[in-house]
Amino acid sequence: MRSVRVIPCLDVTGGRVVKGVRFVDLADAGDPVALAARYDFEGADELAFLDITASHEGRDTMVEVVERTAEQVFIPLTVGGGVRSAEDARRLLRAGAEKVSVNTAALDAPDLVARLADEFGSQCVVVAVDARRRVEGGGWEVYTHGGRRPTGVDALAWCARAAELGAGELLLTSMDRDGTRDGYDLELTAAVSGSLRVPVIASGGVGTLEHLVDGALIGKADALLAASIFHSGQHSVGEAKAYLEARGVVVRPSAGAGG
Amino acid sequence: MNGPSGDIVVLDYGIGNLASAHRALVRLGARARLVRDPAEAADPAGVVLPGVGAFGRCAEALQASGLIDVARRAIETGTPFLGICVGLQLLYEGSAEAPGTPGLGVVGGVVGRLPAGVKCPQIQWNQLEPLGGRPAELLAGLPERPWMYFVHSYAPPIGPETVAACDYGGPVAAAIERDNLWGTQFHPEKSGTLGLRVLANFVARTGAGDPRR
Repeated sequence: MRSVRVIPCLDVTGGRVVKGVRFVDLADAGDPVALAARYDFEGADELAFLDITASHEGRDTMVEVVERTAEQVFIPLTVGGGVRSAEDARRLLRAGAEKVSVNTAALDAPDLVARLADEFGSQCVVVAVDARRRVEGGGWEVYTHGGRRPTGVDALAWCARAAELGAGELLLTSMDRDGTRDGYDLELTAAVSGSLRVPVIASGGVGTLEHLVDGALIGKADALLAASIFHSGQHSVGEAKAYLEARGVVVRPSAGAGG
Repeated sequence: MNGPSGDIVVLDYGIGNLASAHRALVRLGARARLVRDPAEAADPAGVVLPGVGAFGRCAEALQASGLIDVARRAIETGTPFLGICVGLQLLYEGSAEAPGTPGLGVVGGVVGRLPAGVKCPQIQWNQLEPLGGRPAELLAGLPERPWMYFVHSYAPPIGPETVAACDYGGPVAAAIERDNLWGTQFHPEKSGTLGLRVLANFVARTGAGDPRR
């Protein structure tokens, strides 16, 4: 049966988690490995690490963080941020990442997606698409560089192209909603997820558990990514999954998942 | 004949993230080694054949590495053998993904595309449904319908050796067991505690576990 994944996302820089992690009971809430272990225990279906420094040194640190995490946490790990080449991807996969996500580099050189899919398999390749609603003319435009730079590229067309090139999955972030806690851009999510055969991870804007339900039921997302709702301690992953299940969304139950 | 015998060897034939299975075995306290050189895989206690990506590429890489002979010998001599994901698919005669590229052919049938009408690849957790009415050793100690993590676009046909399936647009083969030959379409090394239990069952069968556990 089709089940929906819940994916906490950790922004990492210099080997530390940034963005308001407030777990008083974690000895070191800034340690990505400790946080990953906690979310695994709570029943997270997968974890996403985003390297927000994306510098050369940052990448080395990230490889080490992935290695340490993969020794302890045996659920899938998607790592992105600054992946620009097959060599970058190889190092992360070798370190224990299940998937790598590419964003700007894929737009700069779409062949990279095909190259990664050919070398590691589509299932390893996530194309991250940051989209913003067009002010005029409808639709959404792709942005790069953390949502700062417009590309003029239509988001739906780019998603379809990425899937064609060999992306196994799309990580679709609404830059209009990211950080607002107003909920996913459901129209965007549904437009992409409904038209393509590859799974779509919804991202950007989750502020309540109801937003997760909407992402699954209205946005038709295959996976639900969220950050602050979990990091702030507002809700545990277990609560999120119990809520989804109560609202009729099929999820892997948290009970018996962690440990 | 270099490496010590009596270990579990994880065949590292240069494809993607094959180290995860090894990492999980080490975590379980098993004597496990990642092996690239066939000479280091003499007389193993067990053989794990992981695999990610495309069937054709994996089959060619396995052949080119020479590790295909390690796999064949293990299967023929009754050594405990575990194929994971594409490593399971490689046990069949071939795959619709790479017509003309043979698999090991030790299990009958050809790997096919996932059913139409569902997202592809299947990238998600799914629940195993036991098949065949006999208890599978690789699923010993697990809940009756455990959740496991799947990532694949193709799957083997359901046959007499299939011991579990999952429902994804129809029944999809999820695990096989035939004498020394075990295989999972899901990733036990990425399926949390329950997945580790599957690997622990394999380790127990090889006798290469940590006696203190």
